[in-house]
This record gives sequence, C-alpha cells and structure tokens, in this order.
Amino acid sequence: MSKITTDEVERIAKLARIGVTPAEAKNLAGELDAIVDFVEQLQAVDIEGVEPTDQVTGLENVLRDDVVKRASQNRDELLANAPQVQDGYIVVKRVMNG
Amino acid sequence: MAKAVDLKRPLADLAAEVQTGKLTSAELVEASLARLKETENYHTVLEISSTALQQAKVIDNRIAAGETIGPLAGIPYIAKDNFLTADTHTTAASHILEPFKAPYQAVAIERLEAAGAVMVAKANLDAFGHGASTENSDFGASKNPADPEYVPGGSSGGSAAAVALGQACFSIGTDTGGSLRQPSSYCGVVGLKPTYGLVPRYGVIAMGSSFDSIGPITNRVADAALVLDVIAGRDDRDATSIERVHDGYRLSDIEYTLSGQKIGVIKEYLGDGLDSSIKKSIDQTVALLKSKGAVVEVVSLPAVKLALAAYYILVPAEVSSNLARYDGVKYGYSAPEAENLEETYRLSREEGFGAEAKRRILIGTYVLSSGYYDAYYKRAQSVRTKLIAEFDAVFGKFDFLLGPTAPTPAFKLGAKVNDPIAMYLNDIMTVSANLVGIPSISIPLGEINKLPYGLQLMAPQRRETDLLPFANAVEELL
Repeated sequence: MSKITTDEVERIAKLARIGVTPAEAKNLAGELDAIVDFVEQLQAVDIEGVEPTDQVTGLENVLRDDVVKRASQNRDELLANAPQVQDGYIVVKRVMNG
Repeated sequence: MAKAVDLKRPLADLAAEVQTGKLTSAELVEASLARLKETENYHTVLEISSTALQQAKVIDNRIAAGETIGPLAGIPYIAKDNFLTADTHTTAASHILEPFKAPYQAVAIERLEAAGAVMVAKANLDAFGHGASTENSDFGASKNPADPEYVPGGSSGGSAAAVALGQACFSIGTDTGGSLRQPSSYCGVVGLKPTYGLVPRYGVIAMGSSFDSIGPITNRVADAALVLDVIAGRDDRDATSIERVHDGYRLSDIEYTLSGQKIGVIKEYLGDGLDSSIKKSIDQTVALLKSKGAVVEVVSLPAVKLALAAYYILVPAEVSSNLARYDGVKYGYSAPEAENLEETYRLSREEGFGAEAKRRILIGTYVLSSGYYDAYYKRAQSVRTKLIAEFDAVFGKFDFLLGPTAPTPAFKLGAKVNDPIAMYLNDIMTVSANLVGIPSISIPLGEINKLPYGLQLMAPQRRETDLLPFANAVEELL
C-alpha cells in the first residue's frame, strides 16, 4: 500500500514551503513512495536499548570565551545579495494575507 | 601561446620549481586556462576566475622579491561550486543561488590561498551535492573524460573530471555519502574523504551537516596528502571541526612496509551487484597484498546493508533543515510575482530548486514531521550507532578496510535520471564511511572498456597518518 499519496505530498510541501503543481504532486507521490518504501527496511532492525547518534567524533559542548567579536563582513557587502533593499533594510512582501 | 606544461606532475615538484624560479605561476595558470578552453565540451566548470592570472603574477613577483610562498606556491586548482569564493559567483549548481556572490571565503579556500595555490575555476556538481552523476546540476551535466557519453559520477563530478582532463593540478570537493570518492573512481583519479570535522565546513554550502566532509581530488596519493596538510585542522568558525595531528599529513620519506599490515576485505561489498571485472581486480589486489606480507582476511559488517537506508533518512532530514534558508528574502532567487511573504517562500523555492532538491527536502520534511520522527529519523540514528559499533569492533582487529569504491564503472548519461533509487544505489559502498565519520580514499584500480574504477581504503577516525602511507604503497603496487 502506498504511504505517500498526492494529499500527503501537498501536506509536506506546505510544511516545507515549496509550491507544487497538481501534476508535480502526482509524480512526486510515486517517487517519494519508492524512497519511503526503500528506507522501510529499517523497521525490521532491533534497536532496543541502542542510543541514537548525532555526533560522530565524540565532541561535546564546544565553548568559547564570552567576548564580543567584530563581524568580519560589513553591512553593505551582506545586503548586496538581497533581492530588494531600502535604507539599509531588506524589503519583504506584505506578511498579512487579504 | 602557452608553454607546454604538464599539470599532472607531482604538486611538490611543481611548487618547488615555482619557488626556485624554474617555472612561473603565470605559466602554470596559463596552461590551466588553455586546457580549460580546449576541453570545455566536458562542461566541468561553471565559471572561470577572471583574476587567476593576476594572482599568479603577484605570486611570481613576490618570489622574484625573495619571498617564500608556501607548499602550493603558484599551483592552479579548481574548487567545487559549493565553496564560497571571493572572485567568482557561488551557485551550488542551483538556480536558487544563481545571482549569489559570496561576501566571505570558505576556510579551505583561505588556507589554500595562504599556501600559494591559485583558484582558476568553479567546478560543476549535482545541485547542492544531491546526486551521483552531475545530471542534477541545474546548468547541465559534466561528461566523463574517458568517454563523453558517460557520466563523471557525482556529486563532485566536475572536480574529478577536471583533474582527469589535466585542467588544473588538483581540485577540492565535498563528500556527504561518496561525492569525492565515487566520481574519482569513475574518472580514474584519487579522491580523499578525511575524518568528519578534520577540514572545517565554514564557508561550504551545507547539505547534511553531520556528514559533510571536505577533501582533495588529485592525480596521486602523495598530492592528496599534501593538500590535506594545507587544509586540515580546527577553526573556531566551525565548532564541529577537530584538531590536526602535530606532524601533519605529508608523506614521509621513510620506507613503508606492507608486511604485517592487517587488512579486512568487506564481505558485504563483494556480493550481488558487483561487476565481475571489479571483483576480479579486488581478488588480484588481495593476492598482491598477501605476496608483500600483508595479512588479508574477508570480514563481515552486516549493518552496512542497512547503511544506505539510514543515509536516505538522515541526510534528507538534514537537507530539509539546511535548505530552509533559501527563502527568497535574504539572498538568491526571489520570485518577482509573489504578492505576500508566504508566496515569496513558496514560489521562490518552487521555481528555484530542481527536482532532486525538492525530493530530498520533501522526504526530509516527511521523516521529521509529527508522528513519523521516532519511526524514521530516530530509528535511523540508532542504526547509525549500530554501524559505528561494528566498525569499531572490526578496527580492533584490522588496521584498514578494503573494498570497491562503487559496484560498477560509470554509466551512460541519462540512464538513471528517472529512477532516484537506482541513482542512490551508486552510493551503496561509500555512505558507510560518512555515517561512521572515518577517513576513506579511492585510488584508481583498473578499467573496463576504457572506463575507470577505483579501490576504496578506509581507516579509523583521525588515522589519515596511517591511511595515506598505506594508500601510497598500494598505489605503487597496482
């Protein structure tokens, strides 16, 4: 049975903030379902009592002195990549709908 | 007319000749630029630096003034286009970054520059590193130097093909699940993935942050050791980076003996799906190693059969998080027709990302979403732990592990583009090293109908100082 339906693609695409057309959603449902089906083999693995790994070299919290460091880039350089700038601010489209 | 200079000679020799004035950096860079032009049909690079020749002349002038430059004095190299660089654009081969110009440089680039290397071009890749063929580049695929109808591998396919074509003396790339080693295997060059964290990731466009490793692609193991020596070591700007070893990574002149080295051949990599010619080459290599007194045994690591499935949960999860920053607001492509902020996000990402980036973001979002997190993400993290435990146990008995880099040589362009799973299977022998965080190197092993394939060697974490002399000895043996 397929786990990833077109509705499911639309749900996760909304969460990921990616627009998908109905035709794309249909294609993606098939492709994503094949991938989920492939990774499904892990369900059979006994992981009782096995701790999850998220850091492989054994580093723990890496701390530094709490001192002010000057940024190495200036504001104009950073803003140069923004799609739209006004008075040193990044311009965004309106946030409220309607 | 550029003087005939062989860009495939050992890096140490070229740098010494530049330093002593026997060669100039300008000659090397001119030769590199000429070769890039001559072989442009392979589409290995996305942009050529307009300042490279000028940088080379500055180095030549400094040498003329009596200055000592560094271990890579005047050497032209190519960087994968997911490294932030000052004088070119940085696109990660994705439309969503097409207008982007980095305001700072990657640590690896800073270190190469400080050692005297000159970046001549930015290499093509599967967009954001997602792929095994460069066919996921939004700007078109690169071609295999041995036969342009075949893929160069990926995702560092442009970087590997460039070195094989002699377009520069070496290149650098990234490896999240095999992206340095598999294209090196397909193109007949050396690709080194160091221990996770040994080369700082600051200034490299993130894919899977707990996997991404940076390393060189070169013509020989000694060159890889020299480049690693330049780029390795902690930097405060990457908290996950680790210290370099005191004596560095360059190969020493001390005679290396294979006798007594304990080598495990990974059983699971020799089964179904492995090309019979590659299997034969592996058997011959084992016989050669034994004839030199090495102790070689087949060893089983059952969890490597689960590695690819764990990888394709964990990496898309990290991808979906890392690629959330491309929102059409701060930099990169922004959909002009968007009428509100929500549409800016949705349309910029819809139009800016290619098909594979979308697939990975969506899979990652799915496995991290409410109700699925424990079943997929957390479970895959535990499988990662099991895999690490198996490698630890095996490295208690063996100094090195050996196997093929990939199950086959390069495939034809277009052969797997419509089948994501078939494409993912190219990584089946390389992902384990990334899940475990260990160093792994691919060196040329043989050819089938002119298409190269590689031998993969692995060592425990932080043991590049053992792996590189060993790989060098194996390279001499083959």
